[in-house]
Amino acid sequence: MGTQVRDAAIVGIHEFPSRDVKGRLSPLHIKAQSAARALDDAGLKWSDVDAIYDAGEGGGMLAGLTIAEYFGIRPNVIDTTAVGGSSYEFHAAHAKRDIAAGKAKVALLTYGSRAHSAAQRIGVGGRAAGRHPADNLDVFAGSTLVSNYALVAHRHMHQYGTTSAQLAEIPVATRYHAMRNPEAVQAMKDLEFLDIRETTVEDVLKSRMIADPLHLLECCMISDGGGAVVIASADVARNCRKKPVWILGSGEATKYPENGGDITISAAAQSGPSAFGEAGIQPSEIDIAMIYDSFSITVLTILEDLGFCPKGEGGRWVEGGILRFDHKGGPALNTDGGGLSSNHPGMRGIFLLIEAARQLRGESHSQVPGAQLAVAHGNGGMLGSRHAAGTIILGRD
Amino acid sequence: MADIKPVATRPLPDLTEEDTRSFWAATNTQRFVYQQCGSCGMVVFYPRQHCTGCTTGRLEERTSVGKGTIYTYSVVRQSYHPFFRTQVPYVVAWIDLDEGPRFLSNVIGVTSPDLSLIGKRVEITWEGHEGVSIPLFKLI
Repeated sequence: MGTQVRDAAIVGIHEFPSRDVKGRLSPLHIKAQSAARALDDAGLKWSDVDAIYDAGEGGGMLAGLTIAEYFGIRPNVIDTTAVGGSSYEFHAAHAKRDIAAGKAKVALLTYGSRAHSAAQRIGVGGRAAGRHPADNLDVFAGSTLVSNYALVAHRHMHQYGTTSAQLAEIPVATRYHAMRNPEAVQAMKDLEFLDIRETTVEDVLKSRMIADPLHLLECCMISDGGGAVVIASADVARNCRKKPVWILGSGEATKYPENGGDITISAAAQSGPSAFGEAGIQPSEIDIAMIYDSFSITVLTILEDLGFCPKGEGGRWVEGGILRFDHKGGPALNTDGGGLSSNHPGMRGIFLLIEAARQLRGESHSQVPGAQLAVAHGNGGMLGSRHAAGTIILGRD
Repeated sequence: MADIKPVATRPLPDLTEEDTRSFWAATNTQRFVYQQCGSCGMVVFYPRQHCTGCTTGRLEERTSVGKGTIYTYSVVRQSYHPFFRTQVPYVVAWIDLDEGPRFLSNVIGVTSPDLSLIGKRVEITWEGHEGVSIPLFKLI
């Protein structure tokens, strides 16, 4: 680890506690409340913030213009990279780069959504024609978001022999962690989950099929929510309230349908090596894997593509509960409960950074003793067609 | 008597969209068209004005014979869309046409879909609408 550069660290975090704001708060309210709590967590003030990163969910095309005014700050760096759920891993990568270049000292990332209150039928709703040439070619076919991911799962099964029982290991592990996280348990109550308890592989396989081969319990929730992350330069980080969580490496990539392409390989195969290479570590050294769990197959594919196991062997690799925080042999997966069982307001990437930071501070409800290294991998867009991937490697002192 | 509701119909493409309008125009004569670069030979699909393989080539329109292989599929069992909710369960699949293009469509007439669908041969069956025909697929 001698080549690691520790020039930027996560110093403040906040996950907005409610998953059901009953329409009473706007995304901007959630963003601002979360930002204030994350700055408190770091021991910093609004006026310390000199760089802002925003995916545009609160301000649309002019987000870069309006969000600074809403917060009441005057940043020198404004970055509105919007790549869906992976936006926040891109933001963290850019914040490290901007801080290293001397353009900023305190970067603020925020997210707010009321996808649940607004009854957005993200998973199985209809889709609009004409936004993009590719969408205009397949709008007639009625592929839902769930079936888009299911297309990857079926091909993975065909190509590598992966089974539904193996895929079910992923939601079983995340539910195991969710049941230890009071906010996740409350989220499942607020969103009217039936039978809130630890689950088994059999439970997952008995839940109803939404789009073959994906069962209900392999699909993430749709919640309200949001959060904030503060990233600071080394000199600022040393004087913050909490121990710094260093950004050690990053990678970015996109993937899209190509004639003859392999749908089982995600953009993580491109972003992962970049991030691990910069950090100078191997996947086997990772204690905590915060992987975007929109669906079971998303995690399985990304674990393989990041190099935790050889391509195609993920199904066998996840068997036997190795992704649980109290199980040896693999990284602890999504120890907050994940999008499957804790928090998914549409773009979950910020929570991957937040829970990874909790683990490296020793603050998780499913704490891995002495956790040193974490990976946060965001996947934005749709795994079965076009998506973006952001990989961030994090480490503590 | 219950209220008489308008019959929901399949969502159709925007026939004015700049990149795909020539594709949809060709469906009126039941032709599935794609592009190939006259210089580098790159098959480009979805349609565009530029070659993604080289910077100088001109794309030429080709017509597929309409046969291909199922690359992967899913069976949609739940949809809130007013048309598709009346169609469940139905098969969505990526089809690899023999000439190269990979196309997302429905495979119709499949009674008991299972993993063996992957790799099965299919051909286009056209569903006619006002101003456009939709290329669906059936097993050969």
